[in-house]
Amino acid sequence: MADVVCCLFAAAGFDRAAVGILGAGRRLADSSGGKLVALVLGPANEAVASGASAVADRVLVADQAALAEYEPETYLSALVALAKPISPAAVLLGSDSYSQELTPRLAHRLGGSAAGDAVAIANDAGTLRVTRGVYGGKAVAVLALKRAPAVVWMRARAMDPADAAGRSAGSVEKAALADLPASRVKLLNRHVEAKSGVRLEDARLIVSGGRGLGGPEPFKQLQELADAMGAQMAASRAACDAGWVPPSWQVGQTGKKVAPELYMAIAISGASQHIMGIADSKVICAINRDPDAPIFKHCRFGLVEDYQKVIGPLRQAISQSR
Amino acid sequence: MNIVVCIKQILDPELPARDFRIDAVRKEAERGSANLVPNIFCENALETALQFREAHGGKITALTCGPEAAEEVLRKALALKADEAALVVSDVPGVPDPMFVARALAAAIRKLGPVDLVLTGREAGDWGAGQTGGLLAEELAVPSISFVENVEPASAGALNVKRQTDSGWEAFEATLPLVATITNHEKNVPRIPKTRDVMQSFRKPITKWTLAELDLDPSQANSYYEVAELSIPRKETQCEFVAGETLEDKVAGFASRVTEIMRSL
Repeated sequence: MADVVCCLFAAAGFDRAAVGILGAGRRLADSSGGKLVALVLGPANEAVASGASAVADRVLVADQAALAEYEPETYLSALVALAKPISPAAVLLGSDSYSQELTPRLAHRLGGSAAGDAVAIANDAGTLRVTRGVYGGKAVAVLALKRAPAVVWMRARAMDPADAAGRSAGSVEKAALADLPASRVKLLNRHVEAKSGVRLEDARLIVSGGRGLGGPEPFKQLQELADAMGAQMAASRAACDAGWVPPSWQVGQTGKKVAPELYMAIAISGASQHIMGIADSKVICAINRDPDAPIFKHCRFGLVEDYQKVIGPLRQAISQSR
Repeated sequence: MNIVVCIKQILDPELPARDFRIDAVRKEAERGSANLVPNIFCENALETALQFREAHGGKITALTCGPEAAEEVLRKALALKADEAALVVSDVPGVPDPMFVARALAAAIRKLGPVDLVLTGREAGDWGAGQTGGLLAEELAVPSISFVENVEPASAGALNVKRQTDSGWEAFEATLPLVATITNHEKNVPRIPKTRDVMQSFRKPITKWTLAELDLDPSQANSYYEVAELSIPRKETQCEFVAGETLEDKVAGFASRVTEIMRSL
């Protein structure tokens, strides 16, 4: 009973998060001599099923009509129905908001223990230990999950892919779930913000603005800079709370966890809660007029200036060099 | 409409990192001189409830689980005109796990009588587990929706719920009773209590239950998970401040560092 289950949502595609969950799941299963089973929920997606089968021993695809759109009650019932017969030691999910929503409830229904925002997991003689940031990033805790299965949502994009060399592809089976209970929650409307380019979580370049911008207007200047760089836009919680930009731009402890090659923080002081969302960035740089701003402690390079004086010239300089 | 708002008392998350210390024995943050405050997302939840009551009526009960000192967050809720307040007095050593807290809250909610809507914060600013709402829903055997920014009445016995997703938002119709975990939104920024209401809050009664009165066994406070290790990361990067005689020089220096990375992609 050392099997590991990875939960994937077909609608998200076979993205970096799926690769990371499967990688973490594969290593955990191998360390405990168990099998890796991938559950794929949602509308049929060949890329996800075949991508998962390259790493997992077994892929269970549940693509029935009732699972066409995500809705928490039905998806929870489906995951329970699929995972329970496997009696897994661990169930792993990604860091998307659906996974975060489902994780504790799935643990409760499976009689296990949950933890979230894991940056590392380890099998300690049958007990899963989860490493995660706490106290707004000021401390790091290792939690020992005492019940099985351990149900964990992870910073999947920061997890290494599985070493699939020499593996034969796992089986792909269709799982028809009968008797999913009628949901007490009905999806009325789903709004997906029009945003060009890749998802923020997958972005390689990010330009981010904070409280120091003072209002929504300067974000237009930042957008021009981001466009010149081919970067995605993000913001600190303060800027989102103020209503300057949509909540989906929020990066930090309670926003998105990003891992770009370059994260440019403009007029962001750098509270530990914000750093929690950007710690996986390869390079962080900042523009801030306060040389003592905490953000600089996390930067590879920085510019101490008023952003208003430099954004325009910076955009020109970057455009010319392209 | 009976609304319960669960509020957690936490160490002030604004405490600067340089003042942050760890109690190695209890494996939690040292209190030191830091304030204890209501978790911000719980305050967003209370604000959501207050606005709902203003527009549609209802009764709001503020509920917490913690030491006697946690009464403070209930006083603040009463000052903001919560109708009633209840405290589950938990004096377990160390940090109780979210399952224990969810069971304590569920037991208290059952004592409060029929409840239509339970609001929690999406997560707390201290341990940030983000589990209490979901586990509470399971304990109460009701549906739950996370990252909610607003609730409005729908047909009888149902609510329209708007919640944030990674890429935008979703609207649900949910049958009651329901647990919703509330996230921050520009419309649920907590209001400030009036001085007169703060004074009056100290005259209002608070219902208190011990763990024993709710049939809760304190020895189970970490049977779900326990903190094995707690440490302060010491990872600081040496920042190279771009220098230059003129602003143009500085911008050029910064730009060249940026374009260098862009070219490497």
